[in-house]
Amino acid sequence: MSATTVVSTGSTGGSSSTSAGGATAAPLEHVADAVLELRGIRQTYGTGEAAVEALRGIDLVVTRGDYLAIMGPSGSGKSTLMNLLGCLDIASEGQYLLGGVDVSSLDDRQLAKVRNQQIGFVFQSFNLIPRMTALANVELPLVYGGVKSAERKRLALEALDLVGLADRVDHRPQALSGGQQQRVAIARALVTSPTIVLADEPTGNLDSQSTDDVLGILDSLTKVGRTIVVITHENTVGAHAARVISIRDGHLVSDRRNRPLGATRGNGAAV
Amino acid sequence: MTVIETLRSAFRGITANKLRSSLTLLGVMIGVAAVILLLAVGNGSSQQINNLITQLGTNTLTVRAGSGFGFGGGTTATDTSTKKLTLDVANRLADAGLGHVDAVVPQVTTSLTVSSTNANETSVSLVGTTPNYFTVTTAKIGTGESFTQADVADAAKVVIIGSTLATELFPTGSALGKSISVDGTPFTVVGILATQSSTGVSDANSVVVAPISRVQRSYTGFGAISTMTVEATSSADVAAAQGEVEVVLNQLLKYNPSDTTATAPYTVTDQTALLQTAASSAQSFTVLLGAVAAISLLVGGIGVTNVMLVTVTERTREIGIRKALGATRPAILGQFLVEAATLTLLGGVLGVVVALFGAQFEINGTQPVVLGYSVPLALGVSVAIGVFFGVYPAARAAAMRPIQALRSI
Repeated sequence: MSATTVVSTGSTGGSSSTSAGGATAAPLEHVADAVLELRGIRQTYGTGEAAVEALRGIDLVVTRGDYLAIMGPSGSGKSTLMNLLGCLDIASEGQYLLGGVDVSSLDDRQLAKVRNQQIGFVFQSFNLIPRMTALANVELPLVYGGVKSAERKRLALEALDLVGLADRVDHRPQALSGGQQQRVAIARALVTSPTIVLADEPTGNLDSQSTDDVLGILDSLTKVGRTIVVITHENTVGAHAARVISIRDGHLVSDRRNRPLGATRGNGAAV
Repeated sequence: MTVIETLRSAFRGITANKLRSSLTLLGVMIGVAAVILLLAVGNGSSQQINNLITQLGTNTLTVRAGSGFGFGGGTTATDTSTKKLTLDVANRLADAGLGHVDAVVPQVTTSLTVSSTNANETSVSLVGTTPNYFTVTTAKIGTGESFTQADVADAAKVVIIGSTLATELFPTGSALGKSISVDGTPFTVVGILATQSSTGVSDANSVVVAPISRVQRSYTGFGAISTMTVEATSSADVAAAQGEVEVVLNQLLKYNPSDTTATAPYTVTDQTALLQTAASSAQSFTVLLGAVAAISLLVGGIGVTNVMLVTVTERTREIGIRKALGATRPAILGQFLVEAATLTLLGGVLGVVVALFGAQFEINGTQPVVLGYSVPLALGVSVAIGVFFGVYPAARAAAMRPIQALRSI
């Protein structure tokens, strides 16, 4: 793999700032093998006196197949960053390239397509639709993606099988445990074979057994080459990732690699 | 997102909260049913009056003694020296050979009491007239027969009585051929009138009809008669007949309409004009009912609006999830549109069914007649309200960034 996997800025860029105060946006050149590229991302909520700066200039590159954990205390801006990565929100300033495409220039319809096909989002609170079965929930992104009914069912069952819920496909979310619900949500995130899987505190609402299940599934995904970004404030979760970055007060403060890109975790959580 | 997928998710939305859905349904149903039914009642009562007009025959004129009570022309001078409307005048009018007049039916009316061996005295109105009374006016012979011209010539003591009075006087058995006492004088019942629909305060089925000569001789005297019914040759000739009658009567009664000091000795009333007044009042009754119905539709609509607003607000988070999964704005709008339209249409159709069923029954003596336009009107308004308030908040939520929608609630 190339050198760009370690440092967050582009290999051909002028600025190499990876940490606090990286306000200057680097030139817009696509980094080879990069899935995500953030350049000088700032996010401000409110206006005037009441304005709150949640992100104060983030530069970040994530390459294909990486397993990245974003860590930081609450209020550090990590959730804001995640929402930007998932195209659930638009940055006030800076550039976000997803698969080489500048997301800020897309219209509503194109953004919907990006969310549908490039991003698989796993929420802390699962966000399954209550009155629909696990299967219907997993099928939902495919419905919006225009996949035909039979194909949809096949893909959804495959994804549910992958998370070990093949026997729960007809259950509604309220009939499933928290861990099972989160696994359904992961299946839903995976079913479209997205470019990147984003998980926002995926274990935040789970007991330790379910946490291990979910982390095990994420580990197995990285083995098959999926790009994963996880937000967490738990070190045990961060330990599963190949690369860990820390955010504090809207700045990127550290960028550490646990193991080389592509290497799987030798020991630890059960898969 | 295909049409079938949209329909499926809309169906899920409806069945997800059955109580809420059925309340919406009920609101629309009541509103629609109320509008259709109330308008049908109003329409039914005005049709009833129209039926009366046709029943009356549109080819009769009523000539009343005196200057009337607001109808017709005439002056209000106090001179009473003009000649009176008498039986002689009526006969001469009938014999005048007027081109547009078929028959002249003189009538005298008085109130008195009748009794039979079986029943106590009851007060009725007594009409003295000629046999063609039964062919020209709405009073028809039901059983028995009319008195004859000969009875009139003889001043015979025969009567024809109304159907209600017949059962009152003779609760058991037929009244035909029996004797009744009219103010003490015995009369023989020769006929019973067919039952009529009542036109107003006086009960048309509780009258006594006798030869005019007998009534004048025994009760009213040979002075003025109260009314004459004039039958025109056809309903188109009523105006012409009225003109002819007025010319002849003015001559006979020596009345000059252009003389402003003279009091009109008679008034000619077109029966249909009277009923048309009633019909127009029935029309305003319909409008009133329609207004009440519109209010109930509005209240139902507000109920639906409320439910829809709450539903969408509650489901803003769901909209956020769907957007995060890649739903486009049109896909979300389509789902909510179909949901709202299905719910309100279903409620509306149920309302129409209820209204059509209810219209089969007589309500307060009126048979409702459903107005054709009220069905699409009520249905259209309720569906429009439901759809607008179902879709508008959904459109607002769908226009949000996904994270805004997800964070709500």
